[in-house]
Amino acid sequence: MPIWNPRIETMPRVDLEQLQLERLQVTANRAWEGVPFYRRRFEALGLMPEQIRSLDDLRQLPFTTKDDLRSGYPYDMFAVPLREVVRIHAPWGTTTTPTVAGYTRNDLQHWRELAARVLSAGGLTKDDVIQISFTYGLLTDAFGLHQGAEEIGASVIPVTAGAVEQQISIMQDFRTTALVGTPSYALQIAEALAEKGVPRTSLHLRWGMLGGEPWSQATRARIEAQLGISATDNYRISEIMGPGVSGECEEHKDGLHINEDHFLCEIVDPESGEVLAPGQTGELVITTLTKEALPVLRYRTRDLTSLNPEPCACGRTLARMARVSGRTDDMVIVGGVKISPAQIEAVLSGIEGLEPHCQVLVDRAGAVDRVEVQVEVSSGLLTGDMRHLLKTQNQLREKLEKTLGLAAEVKLVEARTLDRRRPRRILDRRKSNSGHPAQQ
Amino acid sequence: MLVLTSVVTYYGSVQALKGISLHVNEGEIVALIGANGAGKTTTLKTISGLLAPRRGTITFRGRPVGGWSPEAIVRAGISQVPEGRQVFGPLTVKDNLLLGAYPLGWRDKRARLKENLERVHDLFPVLRERAQQPAATLSGGEQQMLAIGRALMAEPRFLLLDEPSLGLAPRPSRVIFNAIPVFRQRGLTVLLVEQNARAALQIADRAYVLETGRVVMEGLAQELLSQKEVQRAYLGRGYQQVWEE
Repeated sequence: MPIWNPRIETMPRVDLEQLQLERLQVTANRAWEGVPFYRRRFEALGLMPEQIRSLDDLRQLPFTTKDDLRSGYPYDMFAVPLREVVRIHAPWGTTTTPTVAGYTRNDLQHWRELAARVLSAGGLTKDDVIQISFTYGLLTDAFGLHQGAEEIGASVIPVTAGAVEQQISIMQDFRTTALVGTPSYALQIAEALAEKGVPRTSLHLRWGMLGGEPWSQATRARIEAQLGISATDNYRISEIMGPGVSGECEEHKDGLHINEDHFLCEIVDPESGEVLAPGQTGELVITTLTKEALPVLRYRTRDLTSLNPEPCACGRTLARMARVSGRTDDMVIVGGVKISPAQIEAVLSGIEGLEPHCQVLVDRAGAVDRVEVQVEVSSGLLTGDMRHLLKTQNQLREKLEKTLGLAAEVKLVEARTLDRRRPRRILDRRKSNSGHPAQQ
Repeated sequence: MLVLTSVVTYYGSVQALKGISLHVNEGEIVALIGANGAGKTTTLKTISGLLAPRRGTITFRGRPVGGWSPEAIVRAGISQVPEGRQVFGPLTVKDNLLLGAYPLGWRDKRARLKENLERVHDLFPVLRERAQQPAATLSGGEQQMLAIGRALMAEPRFLLLDEPSLGLAPRPSRVIFNAIPVFRQRGLTVLLVEQNARAALQIADRAYVLETGRVVMEGLAQELLSQKEVQRAYLGRGYQQVWEE
């Protein structure tokens, strides 16, 4: 898996940190000068950009939140005149006001390079035929990875998301070797192949780079087994750039290498905002180092991960982030217990017959919190013995109680009935039902 | 090879450099561009020891050289070609060049003086022709070549070039700029300060743009060449004017 940019990706950390400092200072200077939002922030703190003298001084700056970006929609956070912006994406969220992503010519060039790095680390070469099944349009995934793949020189098929049957036909006709899309979509393709009785060997797929939603190791193992591919994870965030922020190296799949010459990452405690040490899990905060159109300082991503600055066996010295384990706003406190979907999934993965898809409903009955965990079961289990079904249900209930201290009702549902696209897998209905403020 | 980290320099009570960070890797040509008064020459003088930094660090080949005397810095391998050439007018071209070798130890001098002189003459043949002429009688372009040649006589590893094209007509200016990449082939690393941003960016690998004592842009020279903001910075135009074009 060739390293796309060896000079940067294997740079000694002391040189990398000097580069980061230079670019951080440039970004702070330009944000102060050209983005009224940041100018106000600096002035409110009595801070001048030259007070950023080291990477640690970044902590003096306040965070930027998604609401800050939303309040600037569409153009208030831009640091350059619109004339210089050559691409605009607007990731439409599932709720509320969208945020905008804008790029100058240089920003686009950097994006291309970074997407190429991540794809190359994941295993893409110019001999591959790559099928991109993200939706082409305002979202950043499709175009971002498309550009990177072209940069590498692979044969790119911009299939877009669509009917699974079409994806499979194209795979067969064009002998696609690489797939890019969401893990759910990959599973849907695998399921469709099984249903139609299409032998895996009739396809030429060998590799997949999946992302856009959290997915567990168990899901990865399933996808790899069912599609016969090696699947790598990558991290993308539209408010920062899109895909290309970080990605796993295929050799080791032990953390996602962050393109640190363009993004300065910190891990903070989601409650206190305090910066945490490497290895500790917390919220990922990103500062852009080279973005011209939309520089962002200390953006709170609400994604939970940890950092590992040790060099990887693949040769890259770029720090790695752990696979995102959940969202800061996707945790709830129920009956004094803090739970996250990641924890529940971990419990699920140990029980046979359950699919790694769950939904958690939190409600309040009278004065008591009530939790229902809905889990999909594999088809084998549903058609089997009723007693076996009940046994699995009890097994899960007991395990949840024992490992998480969570007393929950378990409801087993048919496969593929839960909405995969929903980003929040914990629905807390307590806010609307009772007068008590829900603990989040 | 050369690393500046958050360097702050004052002229008396005036803060000329507000925290400059930059680096130059061995073998690179890096340009420092910006309008008048941005702090470019101040940066070079802080590196060469004519000014001492108030804060921040300067490292050359791993050694901290911030605050060293100019002679010590020349001995460490950094040579400056000052703004405005500043050749010794009454002395001959040859003597100017020989004086450039002054910082070298006596033993080194004897051995390599002749050889270095020849290399400078090869680079700028006109200096061989005018060897016995007083430097003041040379044209602007020739004086610039002499100033550069003089700096090269100290056998520097690193050359600080301050506005080599200042006051020169286009043709001699081009001769100078064409010579700079040749230095690189001879193992020299160059930090070039220039108001003529376009010319500098065309020969540099990377560049930093200064504005009132701060770095406001950095990147590959190619990337910066196409930037409207670079035009704004080097021409010293305000934001308003550029956007109203």
